[in-house]
Amino acid sequence: MTTAPPDNFWNDTGRTGISSWIFSTDHKRIGLLYFYSVLTFFLVGVALGLLLRIELMAPGRTIMGPQTYNALFTVHGVVMIFLFILPGFPGAFGNLVMPIQIGARDVAFPRLNLFSWWLYLAGAVIILVSLFTGGGAPDTGWTFYVPFSTRTGTNVSLAVVGVFILGFSAILTGVNFVTTIHRLRAEGMTWTRLPLFTWSLYATAWVQILATPILAITLVLIFSERVLGTGLFDPSRGGDPIMFQHLFWIYSHPAVYIMILPAMGIISDIIPVFSRKPIFGYKMIAFSSLAIAAAGSLVWGHHMFTSGMSDNAVLVFSFLTFIVAIPSAIKVFNWVSTLYKGSISLEAPMLFALSFILLFSIGGLTGLILGAAATDVHVHDTHFVVGHFHYVMFGGTGFAFFAAMHYWLPKFYGRTYSQRGAIVAWALMFVGFNVLYFSMKVLGMKGMPRRYYDYLPEFTTLNLVSTIGSWILAIGLLIMLMNLFRGLFRGTPFTGNPWGGATLEWSIPTPPPTENFIEEPVVTHGPYDFTGTGRP
Amino acid sequence: MSHPKHTDYNGDKLGMWLFLFTELLLFGGLFILYAVYLARYPKEFSAGGHQLNLVLGTINTVILLTSSLLAAMAVTAVQRGQQRLTMGLLGGTVLCAAGFMLIKYLEWSAKIQHGIFPNSPRLIQGAPGESIFFSLYYLSTGIHGLHVLIGAGLLGWVALKVRSGAIHSHDYVLLENSALYWHLVDLIWIFIFPLYYLML
Ligand code: HEM
Repeated sequence: MTTAPPDNFWNDTGRTGISSWIFSTDHKRIGLLYFYSVLTFFLVGVALGLLLRIELMAPGRTIMGPQTYNALFTVHGVVMIFLFILPGFPGAFGNLVMPIQIGARDVAFPRLNLFSWWLYLAGAVIILVSLFTGGGAPDTGWTFYVPFSTRTGTNVSLAVVGVFILGFSAILTGVNFVTTIHRLRAEGMTWTRLPLFTWSLYATAWVQILATPILAITLVLIFSERVLGTGLFDPSRGGDPIMFQHLFWIYSHPAVYIMILPAMGIISDIIPVFSRKPIFGYKMIAFSSLAIAAAGSLVWGHHMFTSGMSDNAVLVFSFLTFIVAIPSAIKVFNWVSTLYKGSISLEAPMLFALSFILLFSIGGLTGLILGAAATDVHVHDTHFVVGHFHYVMFGGTGFAFFAAMHYWLPKFYGRTYSQRGAIVAWALMFVGFNVLYFSMKVLGMKGMPRRYYDYLPEFTTLNLVSTIGSWILAIGLLIMLMNLFRGLFRGTPFTGNPWGGATLEWSIPTPPPTENFIEEPVVTHGPYDFTGTGRP
Repeated sequence: MSHPKHTDYNGDKLGMWLFLFTELLLFGGLFILYAVYLARYPKEFSAGGHQLNLVLGTINTVILLTSSLLAAMAVTAVQRGQQRLTMGLLGGTVLCAAGFMLIKYLEWSAKIQHGIFPNSPRLIQGAPGESIFFSLYYLSTGIHGLHVLIGAGLLGWVALKVRSGAIHSHDYVLLENSALYWHLVDLIWIFIFPLYYLML
């Protein structure tokens, strides 16, 4: 295969130094900017999570008091949700890979794309500033529930401004991606030849467009409650706090699908490559992404079963929630059918992908326990919920993110990591993860509430187990990153198409040229048609 | 580094339309609150609505509709290559925007003088629904006013580009998109006006 051509996107001429990155409109460079930004915030979030776990290691005060704990879980949640997981996939891997997957030279609005990243950065900086100014770090939980968020003396006002700007950034990315996928597909790249990762980004972009504005107005309302005293959610003025919860979850539940859909997309791209088999049920997977996006917009009420909303609403939302399980299950069954009788090779990306399926299924099934109104009343606001959403967001999206890192980054760096190191790291993380969060689920079932720095003595043992799990996970994470980055910068050369992928990004030189394609591509086969991709 | 400029007229329009949807949804949140609270406090809402100045509201509606017409004519003018006319029409649109904001200012200050503004003692002592009504009124018209300012700024900037020749009869999608944005501002007012001034 070809060796690294001199004119790849790393050494392209033009601007030099840092400004060749932070002012670049090349989607690959913007993708890497996003990648390193979200990774940094992920590590910050992990550090905060570890501190939370240390506090919970033993009952009573261990290393911090209640106010610090409240602030830390809020910041942990805000960082993980708004700075890591929501922008993570679209911003980093969407930018890096999607234009190449559809055979385009760039996204539809390259300058807008750069602007999105700058907005992201601005929002992040404002959130960081809010931690240290005003009344100190927000302590409301990432959900900013009223009435507490309008009364607390901490710096909620500035934090919501930061999140507002992040929302704006997400909207612009969504607009950019929908337009790109509609307008810039190469000749022959029909809708049924789109790689499933791109399909999932398409569905995600729609959710970003349709849901984020509601978050924006909700944040404006919190801001005006605090600053102007509008009283729209204040019962003493005739307002209704439950309206806040509705508005918040009208956005934030669909946002959960912004987190998970692209993860499902990358899994759908990796599984066939490492099973040497075309994906089973391509159309159903693509369609189920849209179905999840649509149905997922109608289920926000399941976060509010215990809020005092009417019983009729509870029944309807509970029913709708179960409907979302159908397209999700379609995907899981299709992945498993793809594996069936495939010739599976267990390299690092595949291991992460397989653990995604398992962890996501556990998270999804526990989601049904929460989605059923009767059982939810029992476990609402307990550590069961904490376990559930970490399984979905971390075990799901997080592991998929790691899979994507191991699958695609060598393509962009032209060097690769040690498989052995990656597999050791994966094993540690997988074990640590389950020890950490499965214990939380059990604790929740037994009645340990979330968002408290202290607990009853009978919960001691499992909490200690859980904290030890968090350390195993952290060690695995550290090994993974060291192994990966050592490989990317100093590892063995990575050329051609060693995984044997059939999507377009594997047909171009490594690292990709600035213009992606040396000649305009014409697509003649589907994304999972492996004939002639060269892998035995 | 940037790629050679590619132009995609339809793509640019598609992007703009998508963005306009998000703006509609933003106001959608406020309209939802309006609907819910109207159902809860019909009497107070109607009392509040009668305190708004229908004459000024109507004048503003006429001004905004006229400005939309001018913006639409500017698009036609630029397509025909009439540079001066385009600039004139855009200037007219911006002027209308200024008139709109002026009247809004008069309306708001009259209300504030009567002690009607969020968190004012008068509203706090009044019926609960009334304070909700006026909070929503200030938020909706305030955020809408912000959009008027942004739109007017956008059109002014576009007018400068027309003058410098950067926008002309072969490349006018920026003007067209800005005009679309202006129509959106208009459209939202077309909902706000009846909801607050007319139907209560
Ligand atoms: C080593 C990794 C992590 C550890 C040790 C950890 C631990 C924790 C702990 C102990 C809590 C607070 C439980 C409570 O008292 O309510 C928490 C909350 C939370 N975590 Fe993590 N977590 C980790 C990674 C993540 C990741 C990757 C995400 C998302 C992608 C995430 C999202 C959240 C969210 C949204 C909350 C809720 C915050 C709130 O209650 O407002 N965490 N985590």
